[in-house]
Amino acid sequence: MKSYAYYPGCSLESLGKNYHISAMEVASKLGLDLQEISDWNCCGATAYYPIDELLAYTLSARNLAIAEQTGLIDFVAPCSACYKNAYSTNKLLKSDPELAEHINYALEADNLKITGSMNVRHLIEVFLEDVGLEEIKHKAIKPLKDIKVAPYYGCQMIRPRKGDENVENPMFFEELISAIGATPIDFSSKTRCCGGSLIITNRSAALDMVSKLLQDATSNNADVIATTCPMCNVNLELYQRQVNHEFGTNYSIPVMYFTQLMGFALGSTEKALKIPRDFFSKISLNIGMEPS
Amino acid sequence: MTEKIGVYICHCGTNIAGVVDVQDVSRWVGKELASEGVVIARDYKFMCSSLGQELIQKDIQELGLTRVVVGACSPHLHESTFRNACKEVGLNPYLCELVSLREQDSWVHSDKNAATDKAKAIISGGVSRVIYHEELEPLKVPINPNTLVVGGGIAGIQAALEIADAGYHVYLVEREPSIGGHMAQFDKTFPTLDCSACILTPKMVQVGNHPNITLLTWSEVVNVEGYVGSFDVTVNKKARFIKTDTCTGCGICWEKCPKKVVDEVFEVGMANRKAIYTPFPQAVPKYPVIDAENCTYFINGKCKACEKFCPTGAIDFNQKDEEVIIKVGNIIIATGYDLFDAKRIPQYGCGRYDNVYTSLEFERLSNAAGPTGGNIILKDGKTIPKSVGIVHCVGSRDQNYNEYCSSICCMQSLKFAHLVHERTGAEVYNFYIDIRTPGKGYEEFYNRLLEERTNFVRGKVAEISSFARIPEEEGKLIIQVEDTLISKQRRIPVDMVILSSGLQSRSDAKEVAKMFGISCSAENWYIERHPKLDPIATMTEGIYIAGCAQGPKDIPASVAQGAAAAARVMGKIQQKEISLEPIRATINEEQCSGCRICNDICPFNAILYHEDKMTSEINPALCQGCGTCVAACPAGAISGTGFSNEQVLSQIEGLLLLKSLENEYSYSGD
Amino acid sequence: MTNDNFEPVIIGFTCNWCSYRAADMAGTARMKYAPNIRLIRLMCSGRLDPTFIFKALAGGADGILISGCHPGDCHYIEQNYKALRRFQLTKRVLIQMGMEPERLKLFWASAAEGAFLTSEINKFVKVIRELGPLNWNENNFRVQIPIHSIEEEVLA
Repeated sequence: MKSYAYYPGCSLESLGKNYHISAMEVASKLGLDLQEISDWNCCGATAYYPIDELLAYTLSARNLAIAEQTGLIDFVAPCSACYKNAYSTNKLLKSDPELAEHINYALEADNLKITGSMNVRHLIEVFLEDVGLEEIKHKAIKPLKDIKVAPYYGCQMIRPRKGDENVENPMFFEELISAIGATPIDFSSKTRCCGGSLIITNRSAALDMVSKLLQDATSNNADVIATTCPMCNVNLELYQRQVNHEFGTNYSIPVMYFTQLMGFALGSTEKALKIPRDFFSKISLNIGMEPS
Repeated sequence: MTEKIGVYICHCGTNIAGVVDVQDVSRWVGKELASEGVVIARDYKFMCSSLGQELIQKDIQELGLTRVVVGACSPHLHESTFRNACKEVGLNPYLCELVSLREQDSWVHSDKNAATDKAKAIISGGVSRVIYHEELEPLKVPINPNTLVVGGGIAGIQAALEIADAGYHVYLVEREPSIGGHMAQFDKTFPTLDCSACILTPKMVQVGNHPNITLLTWSEVVNVEGYVGSFDVTVNKKARFIKTDTCTGCGICWEKCPKKVVDEVFEVGMANRKAIYTPFPQAVPKYPVIDAENCTYFINGKCKACEKFCPTGAIDFNQKDEEVIIKVGNIIIATGYDLFDAKRIPQYGCGRYDNVYTSLEFERLSNAAGPTGGNIILKDGKTIPKSVGIVHCVGSRDQNYNEYCSSICCMQSLKFAHLVHERTGAEVYNFYIDIRTPGKGYEEFYNRLLEERTNFVRGKVAEISSFARIPEEEGKLIIQVEDTLISKQRRIPVDMVILSSGLQSRSDAKEVAKMFGISCSAENWYIERHPKLDPIATMTEGIYIAGCAQGPKDIPASVAQGAAAAARVMGKIQQKEISLEPIRATINEEQCSGCRICNDICPFNAILYHEDKMTSEINPALCQGCGTCVAACPAGAISGTGFSNEQVLSQIEGLLLLKSLENEYSYSGD
Repeated sequence: MTNDNFEPVIIGFTCNWCSYRAADMAGTARMKYAPNIRLIRLMCSGRLDPTFIFKALAGGADGILISGCHPGDCHYIEQNYKALRRFQLTKRVLIQMGMEPERLKLFWASAAEGAFLTSEINKFVKVIRELGPLNWNENNFRVQIPIHSIEEEVLA
C-alpha cells in the first residue's frame, strides 16, 4: 500500500470537511494510505502572496519541510490553492538556493529544513496516475449511470503550466468521470476562475464570474457540478441564491467534490460521504434538489 | 628573402578612428613591424573608396610591394574589394589579407587604449600571417547547361520558364501529381482579385508543352552528388501506374473508380477524390495517378474498373518506381511552405467546431471548383452565414508558436472579408494586431474594405467557443476578444470563423537541406547568402533558393525570386566555366604514409586512395576547404591553401607579439 | 607580479561560417566585450590543429576559447564533431601537463548568436582573470614551436 504525506489545508477542517472525509473514503477504497502530516499550518491561500511574498513562501516551505521529515516522497494536497502554493514554493526554492537558505534560517527555529525533495501533487493527480483509470473503472461497483456531471477544474490546479500538459483544454477530469460511469458534459468554462477570495473583497465581481460558470454548466443540462477545490465548491454552491437575487436567474444545481462522486461509485454509502440520502437516485430522476 | 609588406589602416570615418587611435597604430606598425618586412604603413579615412584603393595600387607599383595587409571592416564585406585592387596592378589577389579592426575591435570595445593596443596586435597577426601567403589561382570548373528546379509552385514555374525560354534545358521535379503548388488551391489573389487558376494555368500549360522542360511530377529528389557545374541528382519517379504515352487524360478512369478517398492535400480534407485521380481539373500533366494505399486492387486484388474502362489501355498495375540520374550544372530549390496547424491553438476551436475554417480550407470553400461550388455556406451544406469573424495572426507574431510575421495573412484576411461581403452580404469582423499592407495597391485595398463597412477590431482573439450566455448568442460561435481601441472586452457571436493561419517551412525542410548541402535557419527556412544583398543564393555554389522556401512572401515576390534565381543560373551557364575559390587542401605525396585517416574524415568524399601508390589524393573540385584533414594528418602531409599551418601559427605569434614584447621589457625590470 | 593589474590575453579560434559571423554580428550590433580576446578566423572548427593551442599558450596566451557551428549545422557537415574530439583529447593532455582545465573552453555559436558569443567571452575573461597568468612563461622562457615545414626535421 503506497503512502503519501497528506496536507488537508484549513478549508478541509471546516467548510470543506466533507471533502476530507470523502477523500479518505476513496483512498481507502483504492488502497492508498494518506498520512496527514503533523502540526501543519495554513498555506496562505490566495490572500497572503500579494501581502508579503517572503512570508507566504515560508508558510508553504514549513509544511514541505515537515513532510520531508516523514521520509515519504509525495506531498498530496486536495485543495487547488494549497497545491499551487506548495508546488510553486517547492519549485522556486529548488532553483533559488539563496532564497532557500534565507527561509531555512527561519525554519531552523523549529528544527526544520526544506531541501526540495518532495514531489508535490494534487489529489486528483494521485488517483489518475498512481491508480489509473482502468483500476478505478474496475472498482466502480455502483457506476453513476445517467448522471451528467460538469467537470469544474477551476484555475489554480491547471495554471501555471508545469510541463507540456494541455492547459487550454485538459480532458483528464472528463476521463475520470467516465471511468466512474457518469457522463461528463461539454463545459467550455471549465478552467475559468470562480472568483476565489474576491467573494469576500469584491462580492459583485465574483458573483458575476460565478453566474457565468453556473450558466455554462446548466446550459448543457448538468445534474451536478464536480469540483476539485473547497473554495470553488463554496463559491459555486453557497452563493447560488445570491447570484439568483443579483441577476434574476434561477439556478439550483448541486455542487459536489469529485471524491464524493468517486466514493459513491466505489461503494461507499451516502452517509459516509456526507451526501444527502438517496441523492444520486433522486437526481437521475431529475427531481430538483436543494444544494447541500 | 623578406617580403615587402604594405599596411593600410582604415578610419572607416569614425567607426574605427573614433575608438582606435589609427595614427598611433600606423606609426607603431611602421616602426615595430619593420623587422617583419613592413616597408610602408598608412592610415586613411575610407580604404574601400576608389581613392583608398588607389593608395594601395600606387604603393604596389612604386614600392614593389609583395604583400598587403588592410586593417578595416570584416573580410566578409571587403576582402574581394581589396583583392581585386591588388589584382588590377598585377599582385596576386591572395597575397592580400584583410583583418577586421571594426567588428572585432572598435565596435565591440569602449576602452580606447585597450582597443588601440588590440588593433596593434591584430595588425601584427595579419602581418606575420601574410608572409606565408602563396600565389593562388582560382579553380575553373565547367558548367553543365542543364538546370534542376525542385518544386513546381509559382516560383519554380517562373524559374523554369525563364531558363527554358532562353534556350537551356530544365528538369522540373514536383512531388505532387501536378504542378501548381498552393497557388492552384486559391480562389482569388489580392489585391487585384484575379482568379488564381486563370493566371496560373497558362503558365502551367506553357511548362507542360515547353520543348526545353522535362517535367517530372509525382517524383522526388533522393540523392545529390557532385559540385557546381556538375551535379549528379538521383530522382525517384514514383509509379503512377499509368502509361503516359498512351493516356489521353480523358478521365473515364476516375469517373468509374468506385473508391472514394478524403483528399487531404489539395482539398485540405474538405472533399473527396477517387483512388485514381488528378488533383484538380487543370492539372499539368493531365495524367492521373493511382493512390496505391487506398486502391481496392492493391489492397485486396479486386476491382480494376479503371483498367476495364480505359479506352487506350493505359493502366499498368505492374509499374514500379523508377530512379533516374540527371546531370545538371545548377539547382534551384523552390519547395514552398506548409500552413501552420491551427489545432495547436485549442482555444480557437479548429477541429472541434464545424464552422471554424483555416485559410486554405476557406480558399477551397470559395473556389468555384471546390467542394461547395464556390458557395460560402456553413458545414450543414445549406445555411448562408450572416456574420463571419476573420482572425489574423494565428500562430504568427506569437512567442508561443512562431515569432515572425507571415507577411501575407493581413492581405489574405482582407481578401476573405471582401469575398464574404460580395457573396453573402454577411457582417464581417476582422480581428487584427496590426494591418500590414506594404505592397502596391495593398493599402488601397484596405481602404476599399473599410468602405465596404468591414468591422475591424484591434485585439488578439482570446477564445472561440460555442457557449451562449444570452439568447442572441445561441447557436453561434462566440469570439471573445479585448477590443483595445475602446478598451473593452467583447463577445461577438458569428456564424463562421476563418483563421488566417501563418506560414511555416515544410516539415521535411531540414532533411532536404541536408541532402542538398545547404542550411536552414532556426525556423527551418533555407538560409540565403546575404539577407539584404543576396536573397536567392546559398552558401553552396550552384544551389539557389526561391519563393516561400526562403521565407514567407506573396506571389509577386515569389515570382521575382524565381526569375532572379533563373537569371543567376543563366549567367553561370553563359560563362561556360566558372572560377572557384582556391581555398583547398593538397597532399604532399612524398610525406603521405598511406594511413588513410584523412579518407574517412572528409564529408565530401574528396579524398581518394591510390592502391598502387599507397597514398591519398585530394580532388580539388570536390574539396570545400574546411581543413579538417590538414589538422588530422599525423604526418603533416596535407597543407591547406589559405589557412596553412605556417599561416595560422605565425598569426598566433603575431597576435601575441605585444605580450612577449612586454615580457622582454619587464624582464629587464625584474 | 600582483594579480590586481593582471589583464589576461585570450586567443579565440572561430569558424568562418558561424562563430566568426556571430562575432561580426556582435560588432554590427555594437555589443561590448572585454578587449582581452583576439580572434583568429579558420574556415572550420575542424581545422583546429592542437599545435595551434600549444603555440598560443606557449607564446603567452592565458586562455584559449574555441567556437564553431552547433552540431548538425556545420557548413562542412560534420567537421565540428572532429573539433570536439580533438578538444577533449587536447584538454586531457594539457591537464596532465599541469594547466588548469578552465583555461581551455569550447562552445558552439551560430551566426545569429552574437549576444551569446559576447556573454561567453566576457564570462571567460572573468574566469581567466581570477585564475591569474599561465605560469609557463616564467623567466621569460618562450617555447619555440617551429613554424617551418617539418621536412627538415624528418630527413634525419
